[in-house]
Amino acid sequence: MSKSKSAYSIPGKKGKLDTHIIVVWVDNEAGVLARVVGLFSGRGYNIESLAVAEIDSKLNISRITIVTTGTPQVIDQIKLQLKKLVPVHKVADFKREDKQVIFKEMALFKLVGSKDKRNKALNTCKKFNAVILDKTNKSCVIQITALRRDIDKMSNNLKKFGLVSVSRTGAVAMTRGAETFK
Amino acid sequence: MPKSISGAEIVFKCLEDQNVDFIFGYPGGAVLPIYDELKNHSSIKHILVRHEQGAGHAAEGYARSSGKPGVVLVTSGPGATNVVTALTDAYMDSVPLVCISGQVPTHLIGTDAFQECDTTGITRPCTKHNWLVKDIKDLSKIIHKAFEVATTGRPGPVLVDIPKDIQFQKTNYSKFKKENKYNGKKHNNFNHKDIDELVKLMSKAKKPIFYTGGGVINSGPKASELLRELVSITGFPITSTLQGLGCYPGDDNLFLGMLGMHGTYEANNAMHDCDLMINIGARFDDRITGKIDEFSPKSKKVHIDIDPSSINKNVKVDLPIVGDVQSVISAIVKTIKKMKPNFIKSNKQQISKWWEQIGKWREKKSLEYINSNETIKPQYAVQRLYELTKNKDTFITTEVGQHQMWAAQHYKFDKPNRWMTSGGLGTMGYGLPAAVGVQIAHPNKLVVDIAGEASVLMTIQEMSTAVQYNLPIKIFILNNEYMGMVRQWQELLHDKNYSESYSAALPDFVKLAEAYGCVGIRAKTPEELDDKIIEMINTDRPVIFDCLVDKQENCFPMIPSGKPHNQMLLGPKDQEKNKITGKGKTLV
Repeated sequence: MSKSKSAYSIPGKKGKLDTHIIVVWVDNEAGVLARVVGLFSGRGYNIESLAVAEIDSKLNISRITIVTTGTPQVIDQIKLQLKKLVPVHKVADFKREDKQVIFKEMALFKLVGSKDKRNKALNTCKKFNAVILDKTNKSCVIQITALRRDIDKMSNNLKKFGLVSVSRTGAVAMTRGAETFK
Repeated sequence: MPKSISGAEIVFKCLEDQNVDFIFGYPGGAVLPIYDELKNHSSIKHILVRHEQGAGHAAEGYARSSGKPGVVLVTSGPGATNVVTALTDAYMDSVPLVCISGQVPTHLIGTDAFQECDTTGITRPCTKHNWLVKDIKDLSKIIHKAFEVATTGRPGPVLVDIPKDIQFQKTNYSKFKKENKYNGKKHNNFNHKDIDELVKLMSKAKKPIFYTGGGVINSGPKASELLRELVSITGFPITSTLQGLGCYPGDDNLFLGMLGMHGTYEANNAMHDCDLMINIGARFDDRITGKIDEFSPKSKKVHIDIDPSSINKNVKVDLPIVGDVQSVISAIVKTIKKMKPNFIKSNKQQISKWWEQIGKWREKKSLEYINSNETIKPQYAVQRLYELTKNKDTFITTEVGQHQMWAAQHYKFDKPNRWMTSGGLGTMGYGLPAAVGVQIAHPNKLVVDIAGEASVLMTIQEMSTAVQYNLPIKIFILNNEYMGMVRQWQELLHDKNYSESYSAALPDFVKLAEAYGCVGIRAKTPEELDDKIIEMINTDRPVIFDCLVDKQENCFPMIPSGKPHNQMLLGPKDQEKNKITGKGKTLV
């Protein structure tokens, strides 16, 4: 039996980590993002990506979408702790595998190089709703919307076509069908 | 048409509407308009502390002993940062506090102005919610909301940061209407099916136990009454956490004593071996559970708590019931009376073996210690204090450390709200200012701070507050010249390397008392102890009681860290008997 020198108990077994997308409806007021993010950092929860914007200026509501990983117990805690915050109205939780939910991220790629390379780049992007936002003799900016993994892949693939800059958003989510989350 | 009044006046109007009688505070530049307004509001008394941390703990003592929220008023910058410890303490122990802090004028915010700090940023993780008031029109709404958030659901501290210019600005004040609904954060809609399920589990249980905590106290005195009824109609054993002491009589035969790291042998073994654990208003803290993987492996666990996030946080439970303890127990009692009017009779046989087993554990007498004729044993001092004050409806506060555990083990509480201690945060220096707050709430009661000499020095300046307001608090110091709990851990776990745990230059506490203008009493031998305690009780002024105790005494029993409940370390008597030498030491 080893000798523990800590006043605290030794850590127990760790469970399996799942990826979840947590959507939080909050009052759009000063400090609300800090409250949500502070909860995650203070309790040691993980944030993979984050997207925030006001969605209803009349009711003053913002929607925060957080991609996180954790054991089922941790995910439950995240939801319950979020619900305790005063400016939080409701919290939705989706699993990444969930077929009933759409997840999307957006990315901007700036490519510098020959026309040939740029066309090839555009071709590779095609299946991700590629849009050319800016074009010069030497460069272009392509916008795509896709899942995180696809964007990861694309930013790798585009390197050989003269990719010089990447800018991307966090994930946003919405349920399929006529239903909305209550 | 209502007349236009200043922000400072609105603060007091709100406090009056909230029936606030006392505020604990310390003035400074950014709250001067509020202090200027104080003279116009005679129903509110301001208690001037000597350090803002003291204001926070005094408000905690006031709140815990009276059931009303404590109100704190501090200035910007250092005033606010000094109160952070007390806010965190209140957050951990679910004490309702409303802290109002001054802030530099709005046009200076963000410029690193004199005595500016990001108060709402600093206090965000240690309050239930906080507000920076940027518009005078929001002020009254925010203050009323602050009281609501602090006192509803699981109580806790809140902070309202008011810039100085807002305190000067004028607007109308509309009278406050109390709303019943609160942003959907109130949780008292438990399902009666769950209650039926619980009663079913209870009637089947062969080894049941009630494990009660501070939630019972926070739910109000009625909850304690109902708990006593529930225990008496079931005949189940009951144990309590540190914060829950007093919700069930400490000298009752069904009470197994406190559980946890320094809990009794019978309470911890019963927790480990039970087949039904009913947690009422406690939160499976790590000092209670020990090693989580081996925590009460054979039991069905029921958890009654008002805070949904407490459920399954540390320990997975089988039946969660989210609701106010008082309403839940009341529903359980009603259901038992209706469904099983003869519960206790029909159940007696079923749990008699369990009680037999508990009796065997009790025979260990885990709280016993080897007494001495020459030196005062700290446990003996607490026992004598208990015997000599138990008929007086005494209020006890403590600091943090060995003395705190000895107080919890040997002082038997029989009413709620009589025991104020820093459990979650473990704040040394809590007890003295808390005693100030308790005495404010209960001017004619005996209030004793069972203290350690190291802890009490952290907030000793509040003796001045006690003297100023004629608060006859008794500071009962178990003086062993060591940071006792640190020394104990060093003895048991760090090869007796007493690194920095001895206080080499302590003040003469009797002279210190005299310097503050109160009374100093010293007890050196067990023989004189009783007389000195009686002298202390009979002194109608603040007293510092310097009780010189055995310097080497350790607090037992004890669950060493990372161990389950059934591997307790018992006191010296047991260790001698069982000759636990080399091999036993590795148990630590």
